[in-house]
Amino acid sequence: MEVEVLVSLYFKGSVSALLRGSAIAAVSAFALASCSAPTTEGAKAGAAKPAAEAAASKTSEPETAGSAKRLRLLSQDQYLNTLAYVFGPDVRPDAYFPPAQRTDGLLSLGAAKAGVTPTRMEIYQKAAQTVSALIVDPKRRDFVITCKPADEKKSDRACATKVVTEVGRLMSRRPLTADKRDAFVEQAVGAADKLKDFYAGLGVALEAMLVSPNVLFVTERSEPDPKNPGQHRLDAYSLATRLSLFLWNAAPDDQLLKAAETGEIQTPKGLAKQVDRMLASARLDQGVRAFFDDMFAFDTFNALSKDTTVYPTFTGQALTDAREETLRVVVDHLIAKKGDYRDLFTTRETFISPALAAIYKLPAPPTWTRYEFPEGSQRAGIVTHISFLATHSHPARTSATLRGKALRELLLCQPVPPPPANVDFSAVENPRPGLRTTRDRVGFHLENPVCAGCHKIMDPMGLALENFDGEGSFRLTERGAPIDASGTLDGKPFTDVVGLGKALHDHPAVPSCLVKRAYSYATGSPTTNNDRPLLAYFNTRFSEEGYRVPDLMRTIALSSAFSHVNDTTQTTPGKTADASSKSAAASN
Amino acid sequence: MTSSVTFNRRSALKGLLGGGAITVGLPLLDADLNGNGTAFADESPLPVRFGTWFWGCGMTKKIFVPAQTGKNYELTEELEAIKNVKQHINVHTNLTAYRDGTFFCHYTGWVVFRTGSAPVVGNLPLYESLDTTLANRIGRTTRFKSLTATATGDIRNIISYENATTPNPPEFSPMAFYTRLFGPDFQDPNAAEFKPNPRIMMRKSALSAVTDQIKALNGKVGAEDKARLDQYFTGLRHLEQQFDHQLTKPEPRAACKPAKAFKDEPAPGTDSQLIAARHKMMTDLMVMAVACDQTRVFNMTMSKSDSNTTKQGYEKPHHTCTHEESIDEKLGYQPNASWFTKRSMENWAYFVEAFSKIKEGDGTLLDNVLIMANTDVSYARVHSLEEMPAFTAGRAGGKVKTGLHIDHKGGQGTALSYTCLKVMGLDVESWGTKSNQTNKEVGEILA
Repeated sequence: MEVEVLVSLYFKGSVSALLRGSAIAAVSAFALASCSAPTTEGAKAGAAKPAAEAAASKTSEPETAGSAKRLRLLSQDQYLNTLAYVFGPDVRPDAYFPPAQRTDGLLSLGAAKAGVTPTRMEIYQKAAQTVSALIVDPKRRDFVITCKPADEKKSDRACATKVVTEVGRLMSRRPLTADKRDAFVEQAVGAADKLKDFYAGLGVALEAMLVSPNVLFVTERSEPDPKNPGQHRLDAYSLATRLSLFLWNAAPDDQLLKAAETGEIQTPKGLAKQVDRMLASARLDQGVRAFFDDMFAFDTFNALSKDTTVYPTFTGQALTDAREETLRVVVDHLIAKKGDYRDLFTTRETFISPALAAIYKLPAPPTWTRYEFPEGSQRAGIVTHISFLATHSHPARTSATLRGKALRELLLCQPVPPPPANVDFSAVENPRPGLRTTRDRVGFHLENPVCAGCHKIMDPMGLALENFDGEGSFRLTERGAPIDASGTLDGKPFTDVVGLGKALHDHPAVPSCLVKRAYSYATGSPTTNNDRPLLAYFNTRFSEEGYRVPDLMRTIALSSAFSHVNDTTQTTPGKTADASSKSAAASN
Repeated sequence: MTSSVTFNRRSALKGLLGGGAITVGLPLLDADLNGNGTAFADESPLPVRFGTWFWGCGMTKKIFVPAQTGKNYELTEELEAIKNVKQHINVHTNLTAYRDGTFFCHYTGWVVFRTGSAPVVGNLPLYESLDTTLANRIGRTTRFKSLTATATGDIRNIISYENATTPNPPEFSPMAFYTRLFGPDFQDPNAAEFKPNPRIMMRKSALSAVTDQIKALNGKVGAEDKARLDQYFTGLRHLEQQFDHQLTKPEPRAACKPAKAFKDEPAPGTDSQLIAARHKMMTDLMVMAVACDQTRVFNMTMSKSDSNTTKQGYEKPHHTCTHEESIDEKLGYQPNASWFTKRSMENWAYFVEAFSKIKEGDGTLLDNVLIMANTDVSYARVHSLEEMPAFTAGRAGGKVKTGLHIDHKGGQGTALSYTCLKVMGLDVESWGTKSNQTNKEVGEILA
């Protein structure tokens, strides 16, 4: 339901924005007014925050050299979200862009290193072909093409110029230079003459535009900052794009591009106005979902499967729904309710679908339904969701090690080193007589000093989740033996998974990990040791503001580091400032 | 062949960097490849193609390594599955991959074989993989520079790298792979009629509007990003070339007989039967893509390096099993771990046999192919990079002898890769870096 409402708003918005015969700018105000309507009543009202209040914060941003300038490859979702905004949601090619390599915890950081293989180029071309065919399709073209040719059987330079200019600006995230525009127009005109079809000619030019580097690569450009001699700031369009990729996971909308065109975005007031508008928009959901899907490594779902002889209820639908459940809770809790990020690890509130109900052993609702697990339930916090439990298990059993490793790496930003070479695994032999539970079996890790160093930071957290089997169903025993889910997290003891949730809630690395991920996601670069004072500042602000994620996004988006760049064209990520990575092993 | 495609000498030069290029030869011409004097119907010589095959988690020495070397070796328990293709295969054992620093259990070993160097970070190699080096030389005239597929159903199971930071994503859906190869854009080389599509002509012309934009961008980025833009530009040229293919009447290829599209494909999953089914479909497509001269370089992954293949009703996936399963006292090895290796060998045999079933020239497609197969470790239980196994298959147009077991006596794994590169015409004095650098060829297999 919620999704449908959202979709129709966008559709109306984009159609209006591109209504035939009228300049895109003339109607964009209307279009965006409808896009920014919050989906949940009053939910985002608190997002806007007067600049004065921010200034009153106890801390102020440390001086930094700014962030790195990047050449990022647009991701599949960024491409599709942009198309949906520009042409409406049914202009959606069935394209699968290969994901980037996960870098410093995020796929999105890999986008700043990924190259374009011939195979990838083919995929882009096929997508462009589909998109362009959809745009010039007789059923759709009157809605998305803003002019009509004098004669459909001939070229029409004026109309082609208009379309190329409008689409080029939105898809390239800045106005096309006259050279570029004319190059595409020449192709549209030439092809229309040859093919004796205005729309076929236009389609050919749009296809080429959609595989152009200005669409596929996000190239950040900088300029000297007139207010701070010696410093460099992102140019207005680069800033607009950085903002919209961060907050909406899509290219800038018309209004944001206008704020770039007028220079408004480069004034503190103008920037705050845009950021607050974006945070109040329904499109924030899409941006927040994208960020957490990346941070929680939910791309794992794309290749997840279970042994159906062991877990017959774990269907393909359950797989899709498990990912959706957690993302719904994230959006509901963090955006609609403006909740404390740390409460995600203790909340019993969730959403249940029919397929998930079978695994949760609840009566199946007719469709997605809000649900709260009863007080005292072991289902508390998102790590007790099927999503986390099933993705970090084997196809036919649990894995305390995989679960513990995932919690360390994904939620606490503490990478676990790989196992050493030539380890003698003879102690792992299984089954040894009398070893019935996972806890018994992984106990050997801790007996062996070579293994213990890393396993003692992974296994205890994973063992606390042993009351959930490999698909995430609750269980009290394993092979007839009672399960002991007690443990400690960095010195904090707990007796069961509810206690683990509380320990995570109170763990200082939980919010600081989010801050680190959010800032690197926002700027497209792994953080470095130089970013430590800046991250400390963001951490303080996050804490002062009650761990509200939209506020954190606002702080980052308005920070000087976000809009300023160290003007070297350096692209090699520096040594990462994963302070916790080494200490994780050492401190335990 | 399309006449508008020019070999890019610069890309050949770049392609050699991985091996610490010493000598750079002239671009390889098809004529150099013709070893057996046979030719296509249009009298262009039969090209020699290069392929790789990959399986995860090694083997169990005791029941894998044949007791004898040379031609008349007896098949062992784990190799029993290759009996029908024994004469087309060389079994290589006792190879070493050197870590040269940090060790990544299931990554270092195979990356050494494929790139010549041990990686220094977890998921990135230092150089392009050898299939890319060869594709840059012999893949420029075909519709696809190279093709990469995985039977695991998971696009993240990377086996080929375009360069250090750019993996070649594998095809992971047989149906999607079919569409890419033999869908609407396929030109049947044996079709009676040919009519170039004017829209494709326009499409190709329109790309020129894009080409100039690269120049403008190049001035605005650093050296490393310039290389990425160069790579993008190469991709653009590749598109132009694909359009050219569609605009040119293809030469007849007698062996080219694509099957009909699949109506269905195996459900996602890692069960060994699903993998075998997917592997069979992908293999059949790959073989036909080669027979139709759509590509001359190909990679197939059967299982990923820390293989997650499962056996129905058995709780441990392959990799977990190798570490946790007890050694059976009577058998003297891990029975389930070995069960997985045997399934891998069945799939390998299927792959080789599929090439041998296509008639080409006076012999079969396999005669004009060289395939290198390798894995990530030898004994997965302890992540050993010593005593590693590998295979080669096919006669490379008569340049390679087959049917042998070669004990490499602890020699470098890279020597095998280097031999493949040399057989395929790469003119370099050595390949690989540090302890993995080599200039030794495996003379036993050279004809």
